Amino acid sequence: MKFGIVRFPGSCDDVDALLAAERVGEATMLWHADRDLHGVDAVIVPGGFSYGDYLRVGAIARFAPVMEEVAEFAREGGLVLGICNGFQVLCEAGLLPGALLPNISLRFICRQVELDVVRGETSFTRACEPGRPLSIPIKHTTGRYYASEPDLDALETAGQVLLRYAPGQNPNGSTRDIAGVCNRAGNVFGLMPHPEHAVDSLTGSADGLSIFESMRAQVGDRIPA
Amino acid sequence: MRARVLVRPKAGILDPQGQAVERALPALGFSGVRNVHIGRLIELDVDDPAHLPGLCEKLLSNPLIEDYEIVETA
Repeated sequence: MKFGIVRFPGSCDDVDALLAAERVGEATMLWHADRDLHGVDAVIVPGGFSYGDYLRVGAIARFAPVMEEVAEFAREGGLVLGICNGFQVLCEAGLLPGALLPNISLRFICRQVELDVVRGETSFTRACEPGRPLSIPIKHTTGRYYASEPDLDALETAGQVLLRYAPGQNPNGSTRDIAGVCNRAGNVFGLMPHPEHAVDSLTGSADGLSIFESMRAQVGDRIPA
Repeated sequence: MRARVLVRPKAGILDPQGQAVERALPALGFSGVRNVHIGRLIELDVDDPAHLPGLCEKLLSNPLIEDYEIVETA
């Protein structure tokens, strides 16, 4: 099982994502200007400030050559994980529903949050322990998840909300406490918290590993090791 | 053609930037100011104005959260 981590100019969590992925499988960097995913089994779009986040977060990165390949990979059912800025990029690219707006406080927030796993049987959460919240850090200024009320109803009905901030812990004003959503097909997932920063108890929590372990288990079912 | 594109948050979407400015005004002695919203002004020269709507929808604004308005300036 090989993860590919997309590196844009301005990515800053790409190395942590690579190291986190290497704890559960192989991993390699993918260059933003390269129209080739080099045969990886899953793609991670990491956090950072892709292309400086000029204009709007994620707005310019979606036009990177590699993103055409990522979109094609997603259409074919490949697993794509977007973390923080990667989530913003996937929303701008139309691979995920909704958009991310500035935090209600207008401040950069960096702290550990508790997350409730809304659905534990998906490609991205199947290795999570049922009923146990995840402790994972957030660090962002533009993390307020937004979708219109009818769209939110549709997302909930279709089971696309996978993670919520635990009650009373919504850090940024996200609608319905949403921390992570997937696409309709369930193979593209984005979240504002950083599971790649929570893979070793030495730094506070290893709960983030379960996201990467879920992806490995899902790919393992499709491709015999 | 010289054009101005005004991008603003869609009606009904919470705009904390606008609220922060609105709350700051009374302290400066400006009362009676309401409904402050903050958007973005983009000025550009374009050879073919027919491209403007597409360019606004694909890049300059995110139609999910923002409205845009094209103003010809020359």
